[in-house]
Amino acid sequence: MILTALAAGTTTAVGAAEGGEGFETPTPDIFWLPLIGEGNWAITEQMVWGGVSVVLLSVVMVALSKKAAIVPSKGQFFMENFYNLARNGIARDMIGTKHFLKFVPLLFSLFSLILLNNWFGILPPVMNPTFGRIGFPIALTLVVYVVYHWIGIKKMGVGGYFKHLVPPGLPGWIKPAIFVLEFITYFITRPLTLALRLFGNMFAGHMLIVLFVSAGAFFLTQGIAFKLLSVPTFIMAAAMFVFEALVQFLQAYVFTLLAASYIAGALADDH
Amino acid sequence: MQFTATPSTVVSLATAEGAKMPLIPHIPELIFGLVMIGVLYWVVSTKVVPNLEKAYEERRAAIEGGMEQAEEAQAQAQAALQQYEAQLHEARTEANAIREEARAEGASIVTEMRERAQAESSRITESAKRQIEAERQQASVQLRSEVGALSTTLASRIVGESLEDEVRQKGMIDRFLAELESGAVRPEKVGAGAPVTTDAPRSEKAEQGQLDLGTDGTAGRDA
Repeated sequence: MILTALAAGTTTAVGAAEGGEGFETPTPDIFWLPLIGEGNWAITEQMVWGGVSVVLLSVVMVALSKKAAIVPSKGQFFMENFYNLARNGIARDMIGTKHFLKFVPLLFSLFSLILLNNWFGILPPVMNPTFGRIGFPIALTLVVYVVYHWIGIKKMGVGGYFKHLVPPGLPGWIKPAIFVLEFITYFITRPLTLALRLFGNMFAGHMLIVLFVSAGAFFLTQGIAFKLLSVPTFIMAAAMFVFEALVQFLQAYVFTLLAASYIAGALADDH
Repeated sequence: MQFTATPSTVVSLATAEGAKMPLIPHIPELIFGLVMIGVLYWVVSTKVVPNLEKAYEERRAAIEGGMEQAEEAQAQAQAALQQYEAQLHEARTEANAIREEARAEGASIVTEMRERAQAESSRITESAKRQIEAERQQASVQLRSEVGALSTTLASRIVGESLEDEVRQKGMIDRFLAELESGAVRPEKVGAGAPVTTDAPRSEKAEQGQLDLGTDGTAGRDA
């Protein structure tokens, strides 16, 4: 298969030999979905779905936890299991039983928000992962970034926090190098990778799904050979849906886990 | 798979109206992302987590309460068991004491009975002895009168003269007996083989033997 991006547009002709209209490969443009307004201040579809996700999560979670009792109802049981995944599986394991409870609301919010918005990528009628737009991962990363620096500085003071970057017991000559490395890790690498990992996975996954679905649909409009080819293409698309469901869950989990790990690192007495 | 991207493609991507490079954040989205996490955080931290944590706390308290109750019940059972064991021990000691007492009482009864039997037996022996003595006395008195009669008869036959006179006869017999008792009559004088002469020492000996027998008899019976 040859994908050729031409300068003329952002379209490519693959089935030109068949004499059809040609196949438009998905481009990053498919993520640009302005709903109201245009240009730099347009309100995008992802923003609307993001808002919907917040409302949906709020309503459902409040409803399921409102009458939380000693003996849980079915709904509460489901809610507790979901909540425990973030509370015990991430926050308590990473931060430790002493301080974790304070960070559970933040980590649980992050986890549920990312998970639902990721799954929006394979859920009709949305079919678009919110975090495929870099602005959203950056926003969440910004929150995590501020929180873990804030608690570190609050605990050790500004000087102590920077001193804490260098592990104790190192020979003097290596300390500056380690400091630079650790500084880069703490202030640049961590936020960058945190945001880009989530964005990249959602972006690429959505691209793949769109590619397979649109290719399959295109093949159906072509001759018999291509019609047959559409079958494995759709099978592949279905497989990608399943795969994406897993990746989307995993990315939500990883994002929350790393956030918890950064918080734990800032809280820890030593490396 | 082959990608061909000309510089103009990239430029067109970057400069397209609204559709920026995917890595350049759309500012409204960034701000809205902050709002989203802010709102959700507020809801979760005020309405969801406290409810769930309260339920967890209550559940923990309920379980601990249940465990406390179970521990209490166990302690009570333990106390009851100890009490029963103490009572059992007490009863056993009491039974032992009673048994011991009964044994002692039985032993004392046996001793008492034995003493009583002993006393009875010695009393019987004593009375038997006394009776024998009386009978002997009687026998000796009777024997004395018979021996007198026989000897007078014998003497009258030998001498040939009747000694019918009772006073004389009695006086002679008494005299003879007195002589016999005082030891004036010797067997040598009367003649060898005379049974009367050996009577005195024999009776003395017999008396002594009887005394011996008396002491010996009690001792033998005791043993």
